[in-house]
Amino acid sequence: MLFKLGRFLMTPGAKLALLVFALAFPLLAANEYQVYVMASAFVWAIAVYGLNVITGYCGQLNLAHGGFFAFGAYALGLLTADWGWSFWPALVAALVVSAVLGFLVGIVSLRLKEHYFAIFTLCVGFIMYLLIDKWEELTHGPVGVRDIAAPYGFGLVDFTETTPFYYLVLAFLVFTIWFMGRLSRSLLGRTFVAIRNGDELAQSLGINLMRNKVLAFVLSTIFAGLAGALYAGMVRFIGPEDANILHTFDMITYLLVGGIGTLMGPLLGTVGIVWVTQSLQFMEEYRMILFGPLLVVLVIFFPRGIAGQFLSWMHQKARTLVPAKKAKASKVETRESGEAKTHA
Amino acid sequence: MLKVEHLTKMFGGLAAVNDVSVEFEAGKINAIIGPNGAGKSTFFNLISGLHQPTSGRILLDGVDVTHMPSDKVARLGVGRTFQTTNLFEQASVLDNLIVGHRLRTRSGLWDVLINSQRLQREEKAARDKAMEALDFVGLTHVAGEFIADITQEERKRVAFALALATDPKIVLLDEPAAGVNPEETQGFAELMRKMVDNGLTVCLIEHKMDMIMSLADKIMVLDHGEKIAEGTPEEVRNNPVVIEAYLGGEDDAAA
Repeated sequence: MLFKLGRFLMTPGAKLALLVFALAFPLLAANEYQVYVMASAFVWAIAVYGLNVITGYCGQLNLAHGGFFAFGAYALGLLTADWGWSFWPALVAALVVSAVLGFLVGIVSLRLKEHYFAIFTLCVGFIMYLLIDKWEELTHGPVGVRDIAAPYGFGLVDFTETTPFYYLVLAFLVFTIWFMGRLSRSLLGRTFVAIRNGDELAQSLGINLMRNKVLAFVLSTIFAGLAGALYAGMVRFIGPEDANILHTFDMITYLLVGGIGTLMGPLLGTVGIVWVTQSLQFMEEYRMILFGPLLVVLVIFFPRGIAGQFLSWMHQKARTLVPAKKAKASKVETRESGEAKTHA
Repeated sequence: MLKVEHLTKMFGGLAAVNDVSVEFEAGKINAIIGPNGAGKSTFFNLISGLHQPTSGRILLDGVDVTHMPSDKVARLGVGRTFQTTNLFEQASVLDNLIVGHRLRTRSGLWDVLINSQRLQREEKAARDKAMEALDFVGLTHVAGEFIADITQEERKRVAFALALATDPKIVLLDEPAAGVNPEETQGFAELMRKMVDNGLTVCLIEHKMDMIMSLADKIMVLDHGEKIAEGTPEEVRNNPVVIEAYLGGEDDAAA
C-alpha cells in the first residue's frame, strides 16, 4: 500500500499534482500572510537548489552561498533604487554579476580541496558581508537599500501585491526544478557526481576537474543571485543582515533535511522547515528547544534527508516486492545470510 | 606501447621512484611487484598524470605524456583502477558506469538546456558503453542494483568496468585481487586474460605471487623506488637479487 503510494510519488504525475497544489495555494491559504510565507520559502528554495549543484552534486561545501544571495539582492536593489533601472534589466544584470563573481571566486577557491575549500569560502562569505556593511558610498552600509523596484508587470499585473508575486516566484521555481532535473540526469550532472565520488577517480576518467568544478560553482552562484534578486524584489528593503553567514547555514540545513544531492530535497527541506518554523513562531525564542532535537533526530535517522531516505526505501522495497526479480532476490538473500554469518 | 625513461619522483628528500626505465609491450600482461612502500602506486600515479615526475620521460605510443594532466592522459587511452574505488553507493551500478564514457563526449551546459540531439546521442552512447563494459566483466545481472548492495568482488569488477568504459588502450590495475578469495582471484586472472585477448594492454600491481607467476608475461620488481629486476616470471623467480630483497624464504611458497 505504502509502496504503491511511493511509486506514485516517483512519477511525473506526482510532480504535476504538486504543481497543481502550488497553483491553488493562494486560494486555499487562510490569509495573505501564508501566501507571502510560501513565496519566501520558494525564493529560498531556488537558492538551495543552487547550493545543491556545487555541494550536493559536486561535493564541494560552499559556505559563501549566502554572500552570493546577498550580492544578487544588492545588485538588483542598487540598480533599481539608486540607478533608476527597471526590475527586469536589473534582474539580468544581477545574474551576470553573480556569474562573473562566481567565476572569479571559483577559479581561486576551487584550487583548494575539502575543508580548506569550506573554510576559504566561509571567509569569502564574510568578506562579502563586510563589503556590503562597510562600503557605504555604494551600498548605504547599515542603513540598507530602500525603494527597490518591484517586477514590472507591463500594465497587466501588479507584482507589488502578494499573490501575483507568488506566481512569479513559482514560475522561477518551476524553471529551476526543471533545469535541475535535466542537469542531474545529463552527462554533465553525472560528471559533477563523479567529482564528488573522488577527485583522483574523476581525473582518471578523463574529467577536467577545474573546468567542471568552476562550472558547477558558477551555476550555483547564478541561482543564488536569482533568488537574492527575487528576494529584493519581494521585500523591497534590504540590509547587510541579509548577507549574514547564518543564512548560509540555514540553507545547508534545508538541504540536509530535504536530501542533499536529490532533485526534490531542496524543495521539501526548505518548504518543510520554513513552515515548521512558522508554526512554532508562538514559542518565540524557545522554539529552538523543540527545533534543535528535531534536527538531531532527523540527521541520526535520516542521514540522507527526506528525499534520499525515501529513494533508498523505495529501492529496498522494489527489490523485495517485485516478483520478476525473484531469482535475483533469492540470490541476494543468500549473500546477506552469508554476510550475517561473517559478522556473527 | 608504454615507455618509461629514467623516471624519478622525489617527495621532499625521499625518492619514491628512483631512475626507473622500463618498456611495456602492447597486448601483454605486465606486472609490477615489490614490498610495501616500494613505490608501485606512485609509479602508477606518475604514468596516469596524478603526480608530476621530478625527472624522466613517459612515452605513450611515442607521444610524450610526461607532464600532461591526468584527464588528458586518460583521453589518450590510459585507464586505471585504484586500491579502493569510491562510487555513489545509493545509485545503481549502471548509473555509476555511464560517466565512464564522458571523456569521449562533448556535450556541455548548452546541450543540457536545449536537450540537444548531440546530448541525446552521446548519452545513449555512454549508456551503451556502460552496458558493454558491464557485460565484459560479467555483471549485467546487477546493472540495476545499488552499489551499496553488491559484494566486494562485484565492486572490484565495477571498478574494472568503469576503467574499460573510458575506451582505454592500456589499463593500470592497482591490486585488482586484493581482499578477494582464491576462487575470485582466479576469476580476476581470467578477466585480465580476456582484456588482453581483446587487444588491451594490462599493467597491474599485485601481491598475490602465485597469481602473478602464472599470469604475467613480464614482471618488473621495485624495491625502495628502484627497479631491481625485470623479466619473465621464470627469470624473476630465479633472480638472486629478487629472492634476497623480496621473495626471501617465501620463494618455495610462491613456486
